[in-house]
Amino acid sequence: MPERLLEVSHLKQYFPVAGSNKVVKAVDDVSFFINKGETFGLVGESGCGKTTTGRSILRLTEPTGGSITYGGEVIFDAEKKIKKNMLPYRRKMQIVFQDPYASLDPRMTVEDIVGEAIDIHKLCKSKAERREKILSLLSTVGLNSEHANRYPHEFSGGQRQRIGIARALAVDPEFIVCDEPVSALDVSIQAQVVNMFEDLQEELGLTYLFIAHDLSIVNHISSRIGVMYLGHLVELADSDTITFHSLHPYTKSLISAVPIADPKVARASHRIILSGDVPSPVNPPSGCPFRTRCPYADGLCAEKKPEFKEVESGHFAACHHLDRVN
Amino acid sequence: MSGQYLVDIQEERLSFFTPAGEVKALNNVTLQMREGEVLGIVGESGSGKSVTAYSIMGLTAQNGKIVGGSVEFNGHKIHEMSEKELRKIRGNEVSIIFQDPMTSLNPVWTVGNQIAEAVSLHTDKKGRAAMARAKELLELVGINEPEKRLKQYPHELSGGMRQRVMIAIALACEPKLLIADEPTTALDVTIQAQILELMQELKQKLGMGIIMITHDLGVVASMCDYIAVMYAGEIVEYGTTDDIFYNPKHEYTKGLLRSIPKFHEHDYSKLVPIEGQPVDLLNPPKGCGFAPRCSNCMKLCLTHKPEKNQYEGVHYARCFMQQKEDFLKERGEA
Repeated sequence: MPERLLEVSHLKQYFPVAGSNKVVKAVDDVSFFINKGETFGLVGESGCGKTTTGRSILRLTEPTGGSITYGGEVIFDAEKKIKKNMLPYRRKMQIVFQDPYASLDPRMTVEDIVGEAIDIHKLCKSKAERREKILSLLSTVGLNSEHANRYPHEFSGGQRQRIGIARALAVDPEFIVCDEPVSALDVSIQAQVVNMFEDLQEELGLTYLFIAHDLSIVNHISSRIGVMYLGHLVELADSDTITFHSLHPYTKSLISAVPIADPKVARASHRIILSGDVPSPVNPPSGCPFRTRCPYADGLCAEKKPEFKEVESGHFAACHHLDRVN
Repeated sequence: MSGQYLVDIQEERLSFFTPAGEVKALNNVTLQMREGEVLGIVGESGSGKSVTAYSIMGLTAQNGKIVGGSVEFNGHKIHEMSEKELRKIRGNEVSIIFQDPMTSLNPVWTVGNQIAEAVSLHTDKKGRAAMARAKELLELVGINEPEKRLKQYPHELSGGMRQRVMIAIALACEPKLLIADEPTTALDVTIQAQILELMQELKQKLGMGIIMITHDLGVVASMCDYIAVMYAGEIVEYGTTDDIFYNPKHEYTKGLLRSIPKFHEHDYSKLVPIEGQPVDLLNPPKGCGFAPRCSNCMKLCLTHKPEKNQYEGVHYARCFMQQKEDFLKERGEA
C-alpha cells in the first residue's frame, strides 16, 4: 500500500461576490488523495477551479470547508476548527506559478529571489553557505553562476520558469504544486521543462500536483488524473484510463477535442463538439453541473446532483447515466 | 506569376529598426499560395510567422520596413502601395483575426456596431442595411439569438463567442484570404474545437484561402493543406501536411515533432526536447539559424547558410545534415 502524502476531503472554496450576497463556488466538495512520489494531474477548462484547488491546499486562500491532511497530520479542518500554523509546512509544500513573467520580482536579482526562502526559514548559517546553496540550486535547474546576479528581465520565458523552480526547491520541499508551469512557454521549451520536472522527481523523490489545461502534457507527466468542471471533480482515474477508457461524457468530449499532431489520425478521428459555453459559477445549474452542455442530460440530472462514486477500483465518476453514455 | 497565385512573396527581407540595432525579422522569405488553400505557418515566438503574414496586408509596425524582395497579393504589389491604397484591400480582400478576442474588440461599442462598421466601410450597404448584414454574419458564425447579441457589448460575451464575432467582422466582405493569428490559443480546448470546426465549415461554404499562424502542431495537422515551418526569420521547411509530419527533413522540424507528447498512443517515454534558448535576432548566428540548438550541428552549419533543397513535389528544406544524409545514401547506392 503506497503511503498517502496528501489527502483532501470535501474541500470547499467560496468567494463572496462584491455588491451582492451571492457566492462563487470556485471549488465545491472536492476529494482526492496523492501518494508519496507520484504526480497527480488536475485538468479542466479555465474557471473550473483547478488553480483555486491548488492554492487552497497550500492555504494561500483559506478554504471555506472540508479538510486537508498532509503527511498524516490534519493541517486544516473547517468542522473541527483546526488551522495549523503553515510556516513549518511551507518548507515541505511549495508552488511553481503559471506565468514566469509575473511571478518574479523585477527588482530582485536571481540570487535574492532564490535566497529569500532560505532567509525566511534560516536554512543557512553564513553568507558563503547561502551563496553556495543558491549556486547549486541554479545548476540543478540548468542555469549557471553568472546568472545569479542578473535580474528577471534578462531571461527568456523558459529560463524564468527555471528560476521559479529553483525558488521552490530552495527549502528542499517534498511536495510541489505546479500551476500550469509550461503553458506560457514555446513548444520546444515546454519539453525541456517537463523533462526537468521528471528528472527532479526521480532525484529528489518529489510529489507533484500538476495543474494544466493541456491534456496531452498532463497525461504525459501524471500517474493519475482528476478532471474538474465548474468547481467539481467529475472523473478521476489513472492517466491511461482517463485517456482511453473515460466514462464521464465531459471527459470524453475533452479528450476528443485535443488536437492530435498526426494528420492521418486527426482526419479519421471524430470530435465530440460540445455546444455552448461553461455556465457562470455565480449561477451554476441545479443538479449536475455539466447538464447544460451534456447530450445525455434529462430530468434527473436537473433534480439531483450525481454522486462521485467509485465505478471500478480507483476509477471515480460523477454521472447518473454512465450505462447510457457508455 | 502573379495571376497564378493569391499570395506570392519573393525573397522578402523585413527589418525592425530599434534603438538596440537592426532586428532582421525576415530573411529572404519566399512563399506562394493559391486561392482556397489552407496554409499553416508554425514556429516559436519571434520566428517571424506573424510578421510574414501581416506583411501580406502591409501591416508592419512603424519601425519596420521591407528592405528587399516583393510581396504580391491578389495581383497587388503590396510593397509598393501607399497606406491609403492598402486600406482599400484590408478588410475587403484580406482580413485577419487576432489571437486575443478579449482585447481586439472595442469595449465601448456594441457588437452590432462593430460588425456594421466593417460592412459600411467596404460595401454600399449603410445604416440599417449594414445592420441587417451584421445579423446575417452572426448567424453565419453560429451565434444564437443574433438579434439580441447585436445590442450587446463585448464584455457580455464569452471568449468563444467573442472570437466568433471577430470572425464575423473578418468575413464581412467575403475576403479571398483570411489570416488567422493563433485564433484558438487563448481559448479552452472544447471551445477551440468549436472554432476550428466553424473555420472549416466557412472555408467550404465561402471558398476563401486561410493562413493559419500557430505554434500548435495539433491544430495544423487537422486543418492545413500545406505547412511552412519558420525559424529565426526563415522558412526552414515547406511541404504538404503529410510531408511535414511523416517525412520531415529539417532538424528543427524533426525536433519539434519529437518534443510533443504522443497523446493518442500508449507512449509515456521521455520527451526529447530541443535544447538551448530561442534565437536572439539582434545577434543572429552567422550560419544556419538553428545551428546553436541543433544536436547534429556540423562545422559547416556554423559558418554557412544552407541552400534550399528540393524534394518530392513542393517539399523543400534548408538543412546541411539532410543534404549530407542524402549524399551518403546516393553514394551508397551507386
